[in-house]
Amino acid sequence: MSQSLRPYLTAVRYSLEAALTLTNFPSQEVERHNRPEIEVPNTSAELLLQPMHIARSETEQVLIEPSVNSVRVSLMVKQADEIEQILVHKFTMFLEQRAEAFYILRRVPVKGYSISFLITNKHTESMKTAKLVDFIIEFMEEVDKEISEMKLFLNARARFVANEYLGEFVY
Amino acid sequence: MSSVLSIFKLVKAPVYSHCFSQDKSLLAITCENTCLVYRLPPANSVTSSTTPQLVATLANHDKTVTAVDISVHGRIVTCSQDRNAYVWEPLSDGSYKPTLVLLRINRAATCVSWAPSGYKFAVGSSARIIAVCYYEQENNWWVSKHIKKPIKSTVQCLAWHSNGVVLASGGTDGYLRLFSGFIKGLDSKEAVANSPWGAKFPFGALVREYYHGAYIEDVQWRSAIEKVAFVSHEGSLNVVDSQDQLQSVNAPDGLPFNSLCWVSDAEILCAGFSCHPVLFAADATGAWAFARDLDKAGGAAPAPVANEDLDESEDANSGFGISALRKFKQLDLKGKVSTDAQESAHENTITQLKPYVEEQGRVTAVSASGLDGKVVLYRL
Repeated sequence: MSQSLRPYLTAVRYSLEAALTLTNFPSQEVERHNRPEIEVPNTSAELLLQPMHIARSETEQVLIEPSVNSVRVSLMVKQADEIEQILVHKFTMFLEQRAEAFYILRRVPVKGYSISFLITNKHTESMKTAKLVDFIIEFMEEVDKEISEMKLFLNARARFVANEYLGEFVY
Repeated sequence: MSSVLSIFKLVKAPVYSHCFSQDKSLLAITCENTCLVYRLPPANSVTSSTTPQLVATLANHDKTVTAVDISVHGRIVTCSQDRNAYVWEPLSDGSYKPTLVLLRINRAATCVSWAPSGYKFAVGSSARIIAVCYYEQENNWWVSKHIKKPIKSTVQCLAWHSNGVVLASGGTDGYLRLFSGFIKGLDSKEAVANSPWGAKFPFGALVREYYHGAYIEDVQWRSAIEKVAFVSHEGSLNVVDSQDQLQSVNAPDGLPFNSLCWVSDAEILCAGFSCHPVLFAADATGAWAFARDLDKAGGAAPAPVANEDLDESEDANSGFGISALRKFKQLDLKGKVSTDAQESAHENTITQLKPYVEEQGRVTAVSASGLDGKVVLYRL
């Protein structure tokens, strides 16, 4: 792990631990409803807490938006060039289409971010909070590795394909 | 001596609230849409191998039950997110007869508390209303009177003073408010004759108001010394007296508390998102400070250390194949490190603390319910 990544992940970890203090909170607006307050248009401002924005660089940022019974965590994954942009887009799409299996994944990322998680009080009640935090931190660590690995693989494959095709024209 | 007296693994769903009967023989817990009542042996014979016996299931609600309380007479009151509250009267054959309470609220009921006399109770709700309910003989039902002003958001916690009149409430609007819950015909003026909190207590009057800012998660009275303590979502414990002297102390783990319990005049036990109870104590000058942790999860578990020793001895014997073996062992260990470290009795957030055994004015054992479906008894 590089020197600047560790303090970044530590900051995200402690912010997440503080944000994941959720309670079961029935809606004040709609009768007999219990909904994630961060996701609904809200007339009671006291239910939304101060969002936390942690940035390592312009391309690597985390936005944590807490509320009384839900937290939205949005990640911006590093995208250095166009290939990485395409790869990140495909990768996050692949995950989002399988959002049910991931429980805490949000189907659509927040505008300006690559991928978003939505953690509600149902999740913190059925899963260990420490594990949820571990998962997100591990995801942040792994996703960069994954993308650069895919990029290497793609480049190697492109070179191989180009060799094969263009080899035909060599006499 | 371990501080954990007993662990009852009762249900798989979160337990939002629990309550013991006056003689500690019955334990009521909330479980999804029902309230479960268990029978326990007397408090002095409870050991770590005790298992509570399920005696009744109170199922009339059709949404999550949020709170339960048992009166001095053994009546159980439950309230739920379906906007209703029921009073369950114990019958001679061990079953319970439900009576619907006319709450007249149109949002979820969030908390409930019997007055010390057992003849009235208060229900807090998301409709920004506190309903003070009492039994009406003529119509044979429980009716309610509303306290509406100046509550601005959901009421999350309620506590009665031992005089049965002053009612403390806190909620997501960040105010701690003391109201008068005086019901004509039930309460007498003698009960509040020399109260330091005020001179007159007409129903619904705002006695005191303290702005705190963060959500108030729980509030409890220490009536004998006229003090009220509350815990809030920014992770602090606050104690205020009738002269409006407010003292604040922060949680050592930085995580907020959900519940608190007065142990003695100078000790308060708090618990919440850090999954273990924390004791605070006041010194001779009355300044509150962190005293000690109960049942705090220790550092790294001994098991991985033993494995490392094993690995080293293997290394000495042979070289081939060991690196692969170690690689797979490490793969196997992935994600397990933090589980090994966590060892407290509650695996998830503690939702409520209640005194269990009291000796000479000091609580010596407390019970705690948690989101992991457990009720744990702690020895102090």
